[in-house]
Amino acid sequence: MSSTTQKPYRRPASGPGVAATAPRRDRPRPGSQQWAAWAFLTPVTLYLVLFYAYPLYRNLDLSLRNYTVRSFVQGDAPFTGLDNYQKVFDDPTFGPALLHTVVFTAVCLVFQYALGLALAVFFNQHFRLSATLRALFLVPWLLPLIVSASTWSWLLNSESGLVNALLGAVGIDPVNWLTAPSWSLTSVIIANIWIGVPFNLVVLYSGLQSIPVSLYEAAALDGANAWQRFWRITFPLLRPVSAITLLLGLVYTLKVFDIIWIMTKGGPADSSTTFATWSYQLGFGNLVPAFGPGAAVGNLLVVAALVFGLVYVRVQRKQALS
Amino acid sequence: MTRSGTRGRVRTTIGLLLTGIMLFPVYWMLNVSLTRDQDMRKSPPDLFPVHPTLAGYRTVLDEQLPYLGTSLVIGLGTVVLTVALAAPAGYALAKLRPRGGGILSFVLLAAQMIPGIIMAMGFYAIYLQLGLLQSVPGLIVADSTLAVPFGVLIFTAFVSGIPGELLQAARTDGAGALRTFWSIVLPMSRNAVVTVSLFAFLWSWSDFVLAGTLVNGGAHEPITLGIYHYIGNNNQEWNAIMATAVVASLPAAVILVLAQRYVAAGVTAGAVKD
Repeated sequence: MSSTTQKPYRRPASGPGVAATAPRRDRPRPGSQQWAAWAFLTPVTLYLVLFYAYPLYRNLDLSLRNYTVRSFVQGDAPFTGLDNYQKVFDDPTFGPALLHTVVFTAVCLVFQYALGLALAVFFNQHFRLSATLRALFLVPWLLPLIVSASTWSWLLNSESGLVNALLGAVGIDPVNWLTAPSWSLTSVIIANIWIGVPFNLVVLYSGLQSIPVSLYEAAALDGANAWQRFWRITFPLLRPVSAITLLLGLVYTLKVFDIIWIMTKGGPADSSTTFATWSYQLGFGNLVPAFGPGAAVGNLLVVAALVFGLVYVRVQRKQALS
Repeated sequence: MTRSGTRGRVRTTIGLLLTGIMLFPVYWMLNVSLTRDQDMRKSPPDLFPVHPTLAGYRTVLDEQLPYLGTSLVIGLGTVVLTVALAAPAGYALAKLRPRGGGILSFVLLAAQMIPGIIMAMGFYAIYLQLGLLQSVPGLIVADSTLAVPFGVLIFTAFVSGIPGELLQAARTDGAGALRTFWSIVLPMSRNAVVTVSLFAFLWSWSDFVLAGTLVNGGAHEPITLGIYHYIGNNNQEWNAIMATAVVASLPAAVILVLAQRYVAAGVTAGAVKD
């Protein structure tokens, strides 16, 4: 039993893509089996059409019409083409939101990956308790995001937060982490890095497992020190797994919403707003909802996510073939 | 011998230290949940509960039980729906070689990349017309979109590992595809069922975007909204907020203790979370 369990999971890089990209050598079977196969696939296909394609279509429709609250209910909003997109591009929030999305995504990725890799290498040394401690590292990743976000909100609270108390103890003035425009983006980045490290750790760790120990032994015999072994063996051999980890991380970081919304609502004064929070702000955050522009921003996000998603699929397919 | 023994101990010590740093925010949540109101704004804050109080947890019992119940119902509903959709699909994709199966797998992969707020907005528009806003079944369906594509991929990967001869033998004995699925594939996929169920439950239990958009202000709200209302009301009873957060974290803790290997398998195999 356990050997079959392990099989699909052994190589993380081939995880999600196996089904999608592995070349099928055997031809489809004809006749009754096709009927049976599609009978089993019908529920999920209908489901995809009804609950993925249709919401996406509704979203596209929203972005191409001039919706008001009244026409939203009645569904007779006039078609306005790309007006909503034009509105969004001309909005003074567009520039900052784009910049914040790029900065947020890039900084989170770099730190999550670097910390995850360092921890993976460390835990790969197999000391007493290493498996248990590695499992505990998963906790931040498993917690509901509202729990992590509210805990960080309190840690970073200006007056009563522990972080400012510690800074005060070493003589640094309190920082308005969540309420100062110059710090809010940093604060949500810190919280999001904390949440993302476990994922990087686990995936990179399982990537390390597939590097043969004999390589390290040979290098050690040749007199390579730990630093050289990392840069000459670990890092190059981990490149495929690293690429997958970073690309998946990119897609997931692009759409981060909960953490920012709960901690700062994208504020103060849009100082931590990204495309994800801006889209939601437009659609649901104001007294007068702007569904059209909100959906337009959201669709830009979908396009970005899908572009990087396609890159991910390509990279994975290449790896599966090699 | 002694040298490597010392080195091991040093590593364990560093490991403990790193884990301590990583989990410190979690400890802080526990600490604050046990702190008295009058100590909450103390400067510097107490590093451990000097005068522990369960007042925060009493508030949870008084105010948050309905939210927890709703979350439980939504979580279980999502699990059932997800497994019911994903298991047959995984079997078909792995063993029955359907025409167009590759395209379907690709669509499932792409579906996971769609940002949650987009789904939330689309569902809002649809549910508004159907009158399904603020309904628990509606939220179950919406929450299942978090897990169904992942579930299909896990089941596909898993069922691929079941030996073909076994299924061939069943065929020879006259079992149809449905019978084979029900009596052989499903029992042998127990681990996949557990993995998919765990993640489906955890994700719907943790969901905030869909709940906040689709059932906000309704009669039945999940625990994530319970916490959000606490914070949103500019509530100063942080022990109650953090106590609710602790209770909301319990499923994650239970899952980590009882089913850790499934979690690690799920992370590496599906690697999905936003």
